[in-house]
Amino acid sequence: MIGLESLGATGQAVTGVGAVLVEAMLLYVGYGALTTALSGPVKRALGGS
Amino acid sequence: MAMELFGIAAGQLGLFISFGLLIGTLFGFFGMGGSFLVTPALLVMGYDSTTAVGSGLAFVFGTSVIAALRHRDHGQVDYKLGLMFIVGMTAGIEVGKGVVYYLKALGFADLVVSISYIGLLAIVGLLMLRDARTESSDDDGSALAEKFQSIKIPPMVSIKGGTKVSLWVTLAMAFAIGILSGFLGVGGGFLLMPAMMYGLGVPAAVAVGTDVFQITASGAFGAFTYAQSGALDLTIVLPLLAGSAMGARIGAGATALVNEDDITEYFAAMLLAGSAAVASRNLGNAYDMGIFNQASKVLIFGSALLVSGAVIWASIQSIREDEPAESVHAAD
Repeated sequence: MIGLESLGATGQAVTGVGAVLVEAMLLYVGYGALTTALSGPVKRALGGS
Repeated sequence: MAMELFGIAAGQLGLFISFGLLIGTLFGFFGMGGSFLVTPALLVMGYDSTTAVGSGLAFVFGTSVIAALRHRDHGQVDYKLGLMFIVGMTAGIEVGKGVVYYLKALGFADLVVSISYIGLLAIVGLLMLRDARTESSDDDGSALAEKFQSIKIPPMVSIKGGTKVSLWVTLAMAFAIGILSGFLGVGGGFLLMPAMMYGLGVPAAVAVGTDVFQITASGAFGAFTYAQSGALDLTIVLPLLAGSAMGARIGAGATALVNEDDITEYFAAMLLAGSAAVASRNLGNAYDMGIFNQASKVLIFGSALLVSGAVIWASIQSIREDEPAESVHAAD
């Protein structure tokens, strides 16, 4: 899976947990910006105006 | 050959992102971490118990990092209390993991973890159903809280809000919750919050911040320790997290639009369906009957879809009802 097999056990663990950490931080920033940009238009569209 | 993105089959990627979106919406709305539906869903999909628990813990870690980033400005973290919980929980997680691998060596891990989930989901579901249908009474909880808080085994440690807690009682609580966390792959927030508030008398605001802080640390430790044994599957965790982070924003937004009490009974029913799904999967495996395996998937994914759909539908209805009123005010 995702080419981590060549690393040792600790290397795989650090890379795995690190990948989750990086993704979580990217999602926090990315979705935060997306929510700010889209919440108004989506609310207006759902409200039918 | 199936199409792949980043080494992940496109179908699997879509499935996990969608499921993440559903559980993120639900648990963002109800203010829970969502981990205790991820591990049973993975079990129902046929993953072995160590991968299901290890990946569940990595998912807990990811969601708690996002929650910690959102709570970081609130300043309501008691680091002393958090540290005590981290020490107790990491020790407990190590024991919980040891139990899983011991049972795996005996060939019983999948069965025992599954049965534990059947019980856990059924109990939490029934308690929520009871709370939703009866007038809430905190008498029993208060009596238990007073009993716990009267245990004053020194050394006593001062925490935020002027409360003093016993080091040993705190460590014992954290250790017990850690065993459950390491055994089932859950963050333990649904136990930590009442343990801090009722067991130790910690103010609610401090309990929320400290809970997020310590679940981030113990989730990282739990994910790391399972990953060392090769039981962290990033092809599960990364898409699941991507979906759930978006769902959590939708769910949190919905809390301002929909009364939680209107949906609680459906949510409780979904947890009971999750319990039935894991039971059905085990029956299917025991008697080699595919129909039970199919039924388990329909139960767990179908109920999550229905309840998150109900949250979104109720939110849209609420926006539509508010819109004409706003238009009238605008015209004034």
